[in-house]
Amino acid sequence: MTRWAMVADLRRCVGCQTCTAACKHANATPPGVQWRRVLDIEVGEFPDVQRAFVPMGCQHCDEPACVAVCPTTATRKRTDGIVTIDYDLCIGCTYCVVACPYQARFKTPLGQFAYGDQPTENEAFREDEARREVATKCTFCVERIDSGLDKGLKPGVHPEATPACVNACIAEALAFGDIEDPDSNVSQLLARNQHFRINEEAGTGPGFFYLWDRKRDAT
Amino acid sequence: MNANPLQRLQTYWDWRAAGNFICGGAGAGLAVVTTVHAMDTPGARWIVAAGLALVGLGLFCVWLEIGRPLRALNVFLHLRSSWMSREAVAAVVLFLLGSGLVLGMPWRAWPTGIAALVFLYCQARILREARAIPAWRAPLTLPLVMLTGLAEGIGLFWLLAAWLRPEAFLMLPLAGMPIARGALWLVWRRQLERRASPVALRALDRNGRWLLGAGTVAPVTLAALGASGWLASPVAAAALALAGALVAGTGAAFKFCLITRASHHLGYSIPRMPVRGVVHTASH
Ligand code: SF4
Ligand code: SF4
Repeated sequence: MTRWAMVADLRRCVGCQTCTAACKHANATPPGVQWRRVLDIEVGEFPDVQRAFVPMGCQHCDEPACVAVCPTTATRKRTDGIVTIDYDLCIGCTYCVVACPYQARFKTPLGQFAYGDQPTENEAFREDEARREVATKCTFCVERIDSGLDKGLKPGVHPEATPACVNACIAEALAFGDIEDPDSNVSQLLARNQHFRINEEAGTGPGFFYLWDRKRDAT
Repeated sequence: MNANPLQRLQTYWDWRAAGNFICGGAGAGLAVVTTVHAMDTPGARWIVAAGLALVGLGLFCVWLEIGRPLRALNVFLHLRSSWMSREAVAAVVLFLLGSGLVLGMPWRAWPTGIAALVFLYCQARILREARAIPAWRAPLTLPLVMLTGLAEGIGLFWLLAAWLRPEAFLMLPLAGMPIARGALWLVWRRQLERRASPVALRALDRNGRWLLGAGTVAPVTLAALGASGWLASPVAAAALALAGALVAGTGAAFKFCLITRASHHLGYSIPRMPVRGVVHTASH
């Protein structure tokens, strides 16, 4: 079995938002919608302050809160762990949006563009009305993965089969791969480094892992 | 108290979603109270009809909210796990049973009451399953939302039936419901202390003062006065109707607050901060 997952190395992320820009470019999301975003988190009080940049988006959960609540079955989980939305089934009730513990979902009205109600030339070219007034979120660039696999490529290794944010990351902070495969890059990263998942207590089993330190006993 | 700047207020469910919980809850509560407790009140059938109309109005509010209203029937597709699908089915059953009752089939009273209760339960479960919103997800939110619906039903029943002079015994046992609602609110609020965001708690506290004062103490006092026999009957009826309006109005305000003002996201719990300055940490 395959379980696609994302790994973010918090030690490497510099908060440059290149992944955010790459995602917007790859997926032509409307203004205000960031399927991949980067949280800028500061904790503590002077002089004991720490700061972290935390790439965030749909976690493609094992037990997705969004799938269970969706009244239309528009939101589903594939056997490889990717959570998808059928834009033709979705009624835009946004129940999934209020159920998702990661603020990963969006709904945007028709006719809202970067500079008001008139699209720029590029926006007009890339506009897809099927994705308006319905729920949308990060897809792990599922089309790239599927078409890459069809060509015999390996997601997470070959850029053509890898999510756009991972390809674009300037610091190699993001990695993508199959955590069921012990030899994959993500499995190796998880084996060598200490990691956590966010909002574990929500019980959704996120497929997004965050590295924060190396394992002391790892070579 | 928990403080996290990433606990943002959700803005997707607005007054239209709140309208469903307000009208649907109160309408279902009215149908339950009337069918189970007061079918021999003159005009009871029409009070049930008013309850059904309110449920319909609530669903209309949802229809206004969804992005693709022409696909609304897709809502029935996920009965296996979605409480929104189940709410829709419960509404259909309620309308089928209730319309028969209104049209003169008295044996449908209890089944209509049960269907209304199931509808109310489905609504409360919708909130319970929204894992991202602590104020909805708290264990006591489900009974509180149900109790609020039933209390509103009683309030509306008082408001509508006061002028039909229901017997005093109909009023007094029912007064327990707003009291129970107020008491449960207090326990629920304590439960939320460590879960919900401070901004959500402030909104709930502002609203709670009304729920406890104008929604509990005042109406129960008025209802007791109305039922005491000390007042001339039009005054007693007016007192009872006012009590009912207060119970229903504060219930609606509570649900509006819960859906649109206290619905802050749980935020992100980041258990560790990165240990930086380590060479070759990522792919090596
Ligand atoms: S992160 Fe949210 S939208 Fe993504 S699978 Fe999990 S619950 Fe669903
Ligand atoms: S907005 Fe669409 S995907 Fe989300 S719960 Fe509603 S029908 Fe399902």
